[in-house]
Amino acid sequence: MADALLSVRNLSVQFTTYGQTNPVLKGVSLDVPARSQIALVGESGSGKTVTMRAIMGLLRSPPAKVTSGEIFYDGRDLLTMPDRERLKLRGTAMSMVFQDPMSSLNPVFTIADQMGTILKYADRRLGRSRSGRERMARVHEVLGQVRMRDPERVARSYPIMLSGGMRQRVLIAMALLSEPKLLIADEPGTALDVTTQAQILKLLKDLVEERGLALLMITHNLGVVRETSNYVYVMNKGVVVEHRPTAELFEAPRDDYTKALISAVPRLTGGTSFGNAGAAA
Amino acid sequence: MSAMLEIVGLTKLFPVRNGFGRKTGDVRAVDDVSFSIEKGKVYGLAGESGSGKSTIARMIMGLAKPTGGDIRLDGHSIIGETGTRAYGRKVQMVFQNPGSSLNPRRTVGQSIAVPLAAHGTPGGEHRRRIAELLEMVQLPADFALRYPHELSGGQKQRVAIARALAVAPQLLILDEPTSALDVSVQARVMDLLVDLGRQLGLTYLFISHDLSLMRNFADTVGVLYLGKIVETGATASVFEAPQHDYTRLLLASVPVISAEEEAMRPTIPLIDGEIPTAEQLIALRAAVSQRIEK
Repeated sequence: MADALLSVRNLSVQFTTYGQTNPVLKGVSLDVPARSQIALVGESGSGKTVTMRAIMGLLRSPPAKVTSGEIFYDGRDLLTMPDRERLKLRGTAMSMVFQDPMSSLNPVFTIADQMGTILKYADRRLGRSRSGRERMARVHEVLGQVRMRDPERVARSYPIMLSGGMRQRVLIAMALLSEPKLLIADEPGTALDVTTQAQILKLLKDLVEERGLALLMITHNLGVVRETSNYVYVMNKGVVVEHRPTAELFEAPRDDYTKALISAVPRLTGGTSFGNAGAAA
Repeated sequence: MSAMLEIVGLTKLFPVRNGFGRKTGDVRAVDDVSFSIEKGKVYGLAGESGSGKSTIARMIMGLAKPTGGDIRLDGHSIIGETGTRAYGRKVQMVFQNPGSSLNPRRTVGQSIAVPLAAHGTPGGEHRRRIAELLEMVQLPADFALRYPHELSGGQKQRVAIARALAVAPQLLILDEPTSALDVSVQARVMDLLVDLGRQLGLTYLFISHDLSLMRNFADTVGVLYLGKIVETGATASVFEAPQHDYTRLLLASVPVISAEEEAMRPTIPLIDGEIPTAEQLIALRAAVSQRIEK
């Protein structure tokens, strides 16, 4: 699909460690149209994180090597463009919301320092410049957008002074600093309590809708898939095994792996029976 | 009808100290908690971080000393007795993260042999007993020679279960036993726990924040909030007709995968959560206790 904002075509990645080469992605294709909410779901080892890292250009090579495929952003192949061009897109046109709010922030700098630095370098890459005061105004503005009640106080805080949910919102604010068109979220809120996670997911969904962003949600939680996306890709062992509109997937999964995955999820309504009746005797 | 475990008015205070080490107050981590578990049943403690669920487990295991209240096992008060060998033979625990609860420098067999030796199984019988325990958790006998890093997460948790079962306990405390595992692996570990419970007549105290899992495993559930049980009852009835606002909030927050589940989920606006200040916490706590007294 050429008109998709992000289009991954037939991507294959292998890792070479201790002289052994293992294919990790085997021809993955996925599309993220502008203003869409897409989920990429899979269990540990399925390749979802490697796909995300390949898109963001965060794969370390070696050991990783892209053996085939293209990643188009806005019609341009990220894998063949010069590094300098690619850097201009990363963190600006597309940004990431990281998973772990405890370890993704530097404990010895204030939120304002960390966000200011991100903005400064993003501006520099894009050939823009802003005064320190203008930068702080933008930091406060974005913190307000993630529903911080007192953005100035949050900006002055060190990470340890904020709760887990607030830190996760700071990470979302960081991703929004340069007004990207595509947000890639890696399991946001999984490290948080369920009530806080629900707030974070709602906030992300609201922001994406308000600001007309595209969202690629990477998760292992099928409940999160259903709450945040309208189209879903299911990965297993480096392959996309099924991709459908989210509602259809849950109503009538086609692939055997998807079926097994859905049936393994315990239901809030009960009726999931654990244990093998035969073993009881 | 006999209770395996009875918790009566259990309370744990942690002192709050100022910068000079002077005590300025107490945090009521566990506040007058009472519940009982019948033999062979599963009691689920649901709560978020800071609710006191782990502190309760630690007090039952004898890893923390209660400030007040009583813990009765099989009708006998065990305050002051926790931590003894005799007690350890009756109550065991499976921890949350099998990656860090197994000693990386011991083989699986050596890990399982520790409780065997501590509880007086003659050395000559260890090998046979280890093979028996591994079979119980559906692992091949040659796993006894492997190290934890050679095992998957699910396999490690099976080893942790085998180790807990080594002394043939009556009560097993499960502290988020599957939260580190993938959902398909979780289903298989839960299968194993249910089967073992039936075979061995085990009583489980199941601690979790995963309400969907709780719904399908626990017979009775207690919802913990700020150290108090705000709601308790048969799991099905608590989930179908939650009485307390906090239970409703918890249920409303669970990401679900079907329209039926969505229909039973209460719809309430999610509280816009910044962490409460100490004063707000005190006010919240007062509101919670009023509600309990009502």
